[in-house]
Amino acid sequence: MQVPAPFDYERATSVDDAIGLLARLGATARLVAGGHSLLPMMKLRLAHFEYLVDINDLHGELGYVKVEPTRIRIGAMTRHRELLESPELLSSFPIFHDAERVIADPLVRNRGTIGGALCQADPSEDLSAVCTAVDASCVIRGLDGERVVSMAEFYRGPYETAVGNAEMLTEVRFPVRPHGSSAYEKVGRRAGDWPVVSCGVAAWVEGGVITDARVGLAAVGPNTTGIPAISQALRGRAPSEDLYAEAGAIAAAYCAPVTDQRGSAAYKRHLAAELTRRALRRAVARIDGREV
Amino acid sequence: MSFSKLARETTHSFSKLARETTQRFVDNDLTPMGHGRMLRKEDPRFIRGKGRFIDDLQLPGMLHLAILRAPIAHGRIVSVDVSAAEAHPKVKLVVTGAMLAERGLAWMPTLSNDMQAVLATDKVRFQGQEVAFVVAEDRYAARDALELIDVEYEQLPAVVNVRAALDPSSPVIRDDLEGKTDNHCFDWETGDKAATDAVFARADVVVRQDMVYPRVHPAPLETCGAVADYDAVDGTLTLWSTTQAPHAHRTLYAVVAGLPEHNIRVISPDIGGGFGNKVPIYPGYICAIVGSLLTGKPVKWTEDRAENLTSTAFARDYIMHGEIAATRDGKILAIRTNVLADHGAFNGVAAPTKYPAGFFGVFTGSYDIQAAYCTMTAVFTNKAPGGVAYSCSFRITEAVYLVERLVDCLADELKMDPVELRLKNLLRPEQFPYTTKTGWVYDSGNYEPTLREALRIADYAALRREQEDKRARGELMGIGVSFFTEAVGAGPRKDMDILGLGMADGAELRVHPTGTAVLRVSCQTQGQGHETTFAQIVAEEIGIPPADIKVVHGDTDQTPFGLGTYGSRSTAVSGAAAALVARKVRDKARLIASAMLEVSVADLQWDKGYFHVAGDPAKSVTIQDVAMRAHGAGDLPEGIEGGLEAQICYNPENLTNPHGAYICVVDVDPGTAVVTVRRFIAVDDCGVRINPMIIEGQVHGGLTDGVGMALMEILAFDEGGNCLGGSLMDYLIPTALEVPDWETGFTVTPSPHHPIGAKGVGESATVGSPPAVVNAVLDALKPYGLRHVDMPLTPSRLWEAMNGNPQPPI
Repeated sequence: MQVPAPFDYERATSVDDAIGLLARLGATARLVAGGHSLLPMMKLRLAHFEYLVDINDLHGELGYVKVEPTRIRIGAMTRHRELLESPELLSSFPIFHDAERVIADPLVRNRGTIGGALCQADPSEDLSAVCTAVDASCVIRGLDGERVVSMAEFYRGPYETAVGNAEMLTEVRFPVRPHGSSAYEKVGRRAGDWPVVSCGVAAWVEGGVITDARVGLAAVGPNTTGIPAISQALRGRAPSEDLYAEAGAIAAAYCAPVTDQRGSAAYKRHLAAELTRRALRRAVARIDGREV
Repeated sequence: MSFSKLARETTHSFSKLARETTQRFVDNDLTPMGHGRMLRKEDPRFIRGKGRFIDDLQLPGMLHLAILRAPIAHGRIVSVDVSAAEAHPKVKLVVTGAMLAERGLAWMPTLSNDMQAVLATDKVRFQGQEVAFVVAEDRYAARDALELIDVEYEQLPAVVNVRAALDPSSPVIRDDLEGKTDNHCFDWETGDKAATDAVFARADVVVRQDMVYPRVHPAPLETCGAVADYDAVDGTLTLWSTTQAPHAHRTLYAVVAGLPEHNIRVISPDIGGGFGNKVPIYPGYICAIVGSLLTGKPVKWTEDRAENLTSTAFARDYIMHGEIAATRDGKILAIRTNVLADHGAFNGVAAPTKYPAGFFGVFTGSYDIQAAYCTMTAVFTNKAPGGVAYSCSFRITEAVYLVERLVDCLADELKMDPVELRLKNLLRPEQFPYTTKTGWVYDSGNYEPTLREALRIADYAALRREQEDKRARGELMGIGVSFFTEAVGAGPRKDMDILGLGMADGAELRVHPTGTAVLRVSCQTQGQGHETTFAQIVAEEIGIPPADIKVVHGDTDQTPFGLGTYGSRSTAVSGAAAALVARKVRDKARLIASAMLEVSVADLQWDKGYFHVAGDPAKSVTIQDVAMRAHGAGDLPEGIEGGLEAQICYNPENLTNPHGAYICVVDVDPGTAVVTVRRFIAVDDCGVRINPMIIEGQVHGGLTDGVGMALMEILAFDEGGNCLGGSLMDYLIPTALEVPDWETGFTVTPSPHHPIGAKGVGESATVGSPPAVVNAVLDALKPYGLRHVDMPLTPSRLWEAMNGNPQPPI
């Protein structure tokens, strides 16, 4: 059994309490939500923190999926399983359901949270590709109040985010626009594994042309990022297999994969194209009602 | 109330209470008197979380041990400073290699007569090698203190590739061996070179193929561990350890540690999977013993997952060149092979002494051929020692993979259907017992019906039609076939021993006065269901229900000597012992029954559970009646001692040779190269079947292993010798989602020499399934003109191959 080095443990009673604890304890403290990334790293002694601030009691405050007329708000403590089982998300943004089906396993999904997943900032993290595709913003709260950043601003590098020492990600929100849908495609070496490559797509089609489309790729660079060039290439054009292939080619050119145990850089580049094509095709088919 | 009445009543209430609390969980309405399908007797405790594993053990005053391991693959130890660790308030003991060397314990023999460092003294030779250990009040403190030990290394170049290791300029890994100037471990050959070369020279067709069977790891759910408890007052050592071979281990501890063997008790409690990983003696066990000797307290060592994956017995790591010769019309004539075997830093292979390459000599497979020859060079590298482990039947996994891939390559060359080619070359029933061209005697086999049964279940012709339709649409579907012959149940003591210990196994059976019984065996279950199978074997012979027979194993103080469980030997060796000891008891019971019924022995008839007078079934005694008489008052027949028990030691006449035909159906996504195993048909022939449900369970597990090895498992290393498979996120093993619903079938060809005609089956599926999966994937990729791609067939490796860039994994 792997055992962590000594640490102290605090249990936050509210968001304000958690932020207060972080401010008091400084950089040696870390929030623990689901703990499925953090605790294994501590047990392997790859990460050392003097304090853990447990925020699982904040599920009541931060565990929600709220659908408003023009946007959806998801609380940072919403668990993977709640995203998987949310009927609202399934009907408006099926990309969440697609992704959650292939994230880890039921044990992890029962505990892991969207906030924890994004803040871990693993380059291969699935929900970051989803949030990039749906144009999400992250609400970060500190002692002085809230600020809102885009996904592109949120990521600062592998395992690094815009969330400061005495700050906490509280909410992920994204706009709801008509005539759109979304999809997620992932290739893993095994069920529950991190992706070799994965791709999230959200697209909107009106009058036979794509009015907007966003692509988020995971595991092909230091962070998950959107690919604005694909959006530019797709806007105003009629969906077709050729267009999907063109988008895929842009994805392949844009990404920066490295060779590792999961696959060669060439294969990952190929997957970036192939999965972009597949996810676009599926998202558009869903808009047309040809696929669920 | 009299005492005896009180005793009766309380006993009655106790047993009623016990029934109430246990029977609620017993759902076992299949209760054969002997062989047949029944639920496993051990499962109620496992499914209720009441198994008792090493790490569950808590002893008063017990301390905890943690091992400091080498962070680099090859380096000279310059200095080790343990002062800070010793100053930790909860630390009781810190031991280094130098301290062990003072006591002559720094090195220990491996199962292959090599020496392995318990704690490194001069150099570290693989990443994860044991360097020092700490004993502390709890496992957290022990682990914390490891970080306080300061080791300075002079880093040396790591040798991780066998070809590079053989280069004369390569650094010498084993400079501990006197006069050693290279990394050569051993050479081995089998077969007839001249005869084989002659056949190859005149063959119409010769197909050559290089193939790698990469290093894989057994990765049992329970890692290795031990609790050592040395009692300084009476000089006894009790060692609870994760071992598949408690008796063999006890003898080795006696030899290594110099403790008298009768003062050592090795207990192997419930084991959470072995697969060969728990055959060797690991430095951790020795460290735990030393820790207890020096502290006078019980000491527990539990390996973590990374330690298990990086430092314990691996399997395979064979780089093979195969050649197959045939006539133009598809008659296989000869097979020739050359193997480079990576044995890691120490030769820790667990195989019978005369067989340094295990049973790889059966590489001629199931075919009637004229000649065969193999040469092998084994090499030391800066990788973990071990070898053989992982359900491989002493390297038959590698042998079967080689021959079954070669046969498919030949079919491809001849443009023949791989099933047709196999049917043309399989050994015929009248050829058994069959002596192979490498000297192995297959005891029995009837191959064609087994293959035909697999074809029937699969509906092979329909699958080929479906494949044709799909190919026309650009879809990639493949059908792979493999046929294997296993050689299990080591072994005859004239040929087989491990470190001089003969591979015979004892059994002892006692029938109690009330007619229940206890069987004591030397083999050790790791999840295979021995407590059920062995009770059924005895039940079949003496007619006591399996529920009334307790099977005791895994404790050297309670069981007769034997070499344990690996290489599918339990049923083949200990199972035979169990049947024969039961027959011995039955022979004695017959003498007592003849006295009870007042007829001669010749007039008695046995009817599974009772003796009756021939021609008068009403005049009978049950085995339970005989048991009471054997222990009760009144005279027994002249020359018959009281009691009803017997003991034997079974020396197998030969190995047993189960066989099987496997068919795998895969779909390959042309865009992503992801392989989906859609169907898998496994028809196994393991002779007489004792508990078909347990056999199916063994086969299901082995098939899952096989899919894992074919598609995802590899213990890879980088150029610096860093192990890249140190966690289950990096070393992938398959889940239920990667495998189909298994379709199993069977044929029965009894073993002629096993007392009940049974053969081992534990490793059949692991041996037979990887080539079926690989053959299926290569069949799917026919349109790409690929003849071979090495395992593991991960999407990336397969995509590279489909794009003209097939790469060996090492």
